[in-house]
Amino acid sequence: MNLDFSWMAWTWPTAAFFIVIALMLCGMGVWEYVSPGGNPRVGVLRFETTRGDRLFLSLLGSAFIHLAWLGLIGPNLWWALALSVVYAIGVFRYV
Amino acid sequence: MDKTWNNKAWFLVLPVLVLVAFSAVIPLMTVVNYSVQDTFGNNVFFWAGTEWFEELLASDRFWEAMVRNLIFSFIILAIEVPLGIFIALNMPKKGWGVPVCLVLMALPLLIPWNVVGTIWQVFGRNDIGLLGYYVNALGVDYNYVQDPFDAWVTVIVMDVWHWTSLVVLLCYAGLVSIPDAFYQAAKIDGASRWAVFRYIQLPKMQRVLLIAVLLRFMDSFMIYTEPFVVTGGGPGNSTTFLSIDLVKTALGQFDLGPAAAMSLVYFLIILLLSWVFYTVMTNYDAER
Repeated sequence: MNLDFSWMAWTWPTAAFFIVIALMLCGMGVWEYVSPGGNPRVGVLRFETTRGDRLFLSLLGSAFIHLAWLGLIGPNLWWALALSVVYAIGVFRYV
Repeated sequence: MDKTWNNKAWFLVLPVLVLVAFSAVIPLMTVVNYSVQDTFGNNVFFWAGTEWFEELLASDRFWEAMVRNLIFSFIILAIEVPLGIFIALNMPKKGWGVPVCLVLMALPLLIPWNVVGTIWQVFGRNDIGLLGYYVNALGVDYNYVQDPFDAWVTVIVMDVWHWTSLVVLLCYAGLVSIPDAFYQAAKIDGASRWAVFRYIQLPKMQRVLLIAVLLRFMDSFMIYTEPFVVTGGGPGNSTTFLSIDLVKTALGQFDLGPAAAMSLVYFLIILLLSWVFYTVMTNYDAER
């Protein structure tokens, strides 16, 4: 059977993007295995979040940071990426 | 003590994961791939980088559709939620009237969206439609094909007709779950009708109301079929909501790259709003 995925129009940058997301999910799985329970806590948002929630918030927030950077500043997204990393560290530390 | 649970149950989720992969994850990956490329068909793609996102974020057409969508969602929530509560409060709680009312309320929900659109398209026409003809006969100049205000009124009334029942049924479910003892206590205390509503019925309906607001907001924010069938997004672009604009871009103009970028931004907004509603609902449950 010859599976043709050319209709999915893969590119290296998008493949790298999904590989990074998949690695993050695997990392979360390993983290959960090592330290079960999801580490629930009440942070600055004043409601309980697990580390899965914090990853979700980091990824969603990063997407909006990139869009805002693109719309307000310009197409050079490296600074948006750096800002997203800082944001994600903040989320994992304080949320 | 033996463990009362194990992780083997996760394997039972595998079939669902496979289904979701084919129905959601693979299409989403494809949309991401399309959003950074351009194509003229025949599976030939050209790298475009972030061009479509830049174009979209600077596009008046996109923001206008977004504002129209938000206004539409706000209006239908402002009408459907109070109206749904009012109808639910006045529905019979026992006797033969209960099944009759429930069936009547469920009827609009059973009609497919494109049929609802067709019904209102004909109903609102001022030459052969019952509504359009008699509204004009009363001296009101109503023509949803030419007048943007009339088109908006038609689309909103159609949505209210189609979906208020959902709010009614959810509120009714909340109301019938209130034990009689609450009403008896209120009667003994001499509580007014308003006090009964404010301190007994409304708190008991809060959870179902949250669900109703969530469902109606999401549905109205993603609305496509009904306005598309009735107005086609017109007159002009006056009823072109985000989903209609998206389909026009993707299928009308065959601009798959810009449409994919728009889909992703639309998806992110829906994801954010879903998370906010979900968080509010789960925290409300936790507080209780």
